[in-house]
Amino acid sequence: MYISTFHLMPHRELPGDFEKRYPSVWVTPPFHELADARRIGQFYNWTLDELTAAARAGSDGICTNEHHQNAYGFMPSPNLMGAALARETNGLDCAIVQIGASLPGTQPPIRIAEEYAMLDSISGGRLVAGMPLGTPMDINISYGITPLEQRERYREAHDLIVKAWTAKEVFPWNGKYFQLPMVNIWPRPVQQPHPPVWIPGSGSASTFYYAAEHNYCYCFLSYFGYKSVSRPVRDKYWEVCAEKGRDENPHRMGFLQLVGVSETDEQAEKDYARHVEYFYHKCLHIPPNWLGIPGHNDYNATVNALTKSAVGRNFAALKEKKYKDFLEDRYVVCGSPATVRGQLKDLCQTLRVGNLMVLLHIGSMPHELTLKNIRLFFEEVAPALRPMWADYENLWWPAGLRRKVAQEAMA
Amino acid sequence: MSAAAVMDRQVNVWQNKLKSNIKVAGSGSPVVFLHGAGGLVWDQFLDTLARRHTVYAPEFPGTTPGDPDAIAQIDNLWDLVLYYDELLGSLVSGPVPVIGHSFGAMLAAELAAHHYDRVSKLVLMCPIGLWREDVPIPNWMIAPPEDLPNLLLSDAKGPLAQQMFGGEPQPEMQIKMIWSMACTGKFIWPIPDKGLKKRIHRIHAPTLVLWGRQDRLVPVAYAQEFAGRIAGAKVELIDRAGHLLTAEHPARVAETIENFLSAG
Repeated sequence: MYISTFHLMPHRELPGDFEKRYPSVWVTPPFHELADARRIGQFYNWTLDELTAAARAGSDGICTNEHHQNAYGFMPSPNLMGAALARETNGLDCAIVQIGASLPGTQPPIRIAEEYAMLDSISGGRLVAGMPLGTPMDINISYGITPLEQRERYREAHDLIVKAWTAKEVFPWNGKYFQLPMVNIWPRPVQQPHPPVWIPGSGSASTFYYAAEHNYCYCFLSYFGYKSVSRPVRDKYWEVCAEKGRDENPHRMGFLQLVGVSETDEQAEKDYARHVEYFYHKCLHIPPNWLGIPGHNDYNATVNALTKSAVGRNFAALKEKKYKDFLEDRYVVCGSPATVRGQLKDLCQTLRVGNLMVLLHIGSMPHELTLKNIRLFFEEVAPALRPMWADYENLWWPAGLRRKVAQEAMA
Repeated sequence: MSAAAVMDRQVNVWQNKLKSNIKVAGSGSPVVFLHGAGGLVWDQFLDTLARRHTVYAPEFPGTTPGDPDAIAQIDNLWDLVLYYDELLGSLVSGPVPVIGHSFGAMLAAELAAHHYDRVSKLVLMCPIGLWREDVPIPNWMIAPPEDLPNLLLSDAKGPLAQQMFGGEPQPEMQIKMIWSMACTGKFIWPIPDKGLKKRIHRIHAPTLVLWGRQDRLVPVAYAQEFAGRIAGAKVELIDRAGHLLTAEHPARVAETIENFLSAG
């Protein structure tokens, strides 16, 4: 089991009635009413400090991602954060997991090939290259990319990035969305032929196929836990892997989980309840129709979303849930070290997940509490999870940071 | 008067990569109807037109049931205009009146500006395609669903609003509408201003600009924007009508169009 610490860099101090006063956390919240630029600077620095603390505490990787025009998580350039983190963690066996820069919104996409190669160089070959599609709010609304073209544009950008990393000769790129006369990027990645690629997604089958066809790691970014919603996703994903002739190496799948560890279950409630509710009530305060802007999903996913998917219903129900409900439904895993160990083992077994990502800073959590969560998680929980799946090599991890595969599997 | 029998006709165009579906009804001189972003609905308005005309109503690429990926064959507005030019040429010989609604009216205007001899008369019902900073057009693809009755209809609470928006959502209808918006949205996202203002002066066909006075999606201020750029264009405003004027007043709108088409 490889465990990475994820951070969203949310606004930590939204007003208590935020979700009643404002229509959305994304696109429309007025910065000048809700934030102070110097205070936000403090949040960025805390974010960097918290991820660095996780790396020092033994996190296998640290993750940043890209979102725009929102208070939910605002690292418009995850690679700026990644650069600071790569530098700060030199000498540690910690991967820089950029989960990451959005392909359809970056023009030209060789910018991502270049920046990821820089990060791989600065970190000495510790980069995991995430290739996200981007949310509709980020890519369609904030960056103006045509919804129906987002996936095709993504696929072309991916092909161009991989070729830019690996080509030995200068080449012209004559694509539908991008045309470049002479491509020959500097630098190139330390990891050859290129860093491991992770594809984050929210359960769309077309992304399963894409990850399986390319032999990449699929990372399911769900906030709805592993009990109900995630099981159909797991079933479909592993079915697609089998269909595409891929093995059952659990490291093909990543999963993001909100986690809070305290001395006891009761203390965990005191520590985390209001931050969990802040996250689900305020940070996910998104108009449901924006998650399905016409064309963002392909036709099959559109049909699926309107006939089968529970995501819309789950979003609509969030406001009525309290900490105890989020705990009960396993949207969050919070409690004593023993509780958290038990539930995370169950999660990783149930979903067959080898790349676990944990969100240890949740919503409005202050810096000190976040550091406590990080410390307890890596001292009391992570050691119990690490031996899981030890007989499989994590082929989606920087080669220089992989642990030895357990002997019984080698025999 | 009984409703017209509506037939589906398929035509292979665009290097045979597209099998276009056209709904055809009625008899008499031909007219072409280009539907809006929500997709083609054969309604009382088209039935009324079909009493005196053969109405050809092509389904926008990608919106024909069973063929959602057809839209991948048309990359941009330039492709789209040439595709429609080709399609109309395969349906009728010689110039033909073209009636467009909303997105379809923008398309009709582009077609008339591109190919003078294809369009004999032009009817633009609340077209998109121009942009005024002081009168921005709400983006219906991201508007809250609860705003739609008010954006689309003159009376957001009347019987038609109840009929269209009142009941339980029907997934099949929702999918049809969402995918139609996805396909048409490919050519207008994120702002429906793709350069028509530079080409609109090329329209030579006699033009009628029709607008609902209570249109809150594409406000009536745009009527003069269009008419002022097209030589000789006439404007007619329909009272108590919103953006979906043909649904609200099928007979009156059809009659207004008929008068325009039959006048010398």
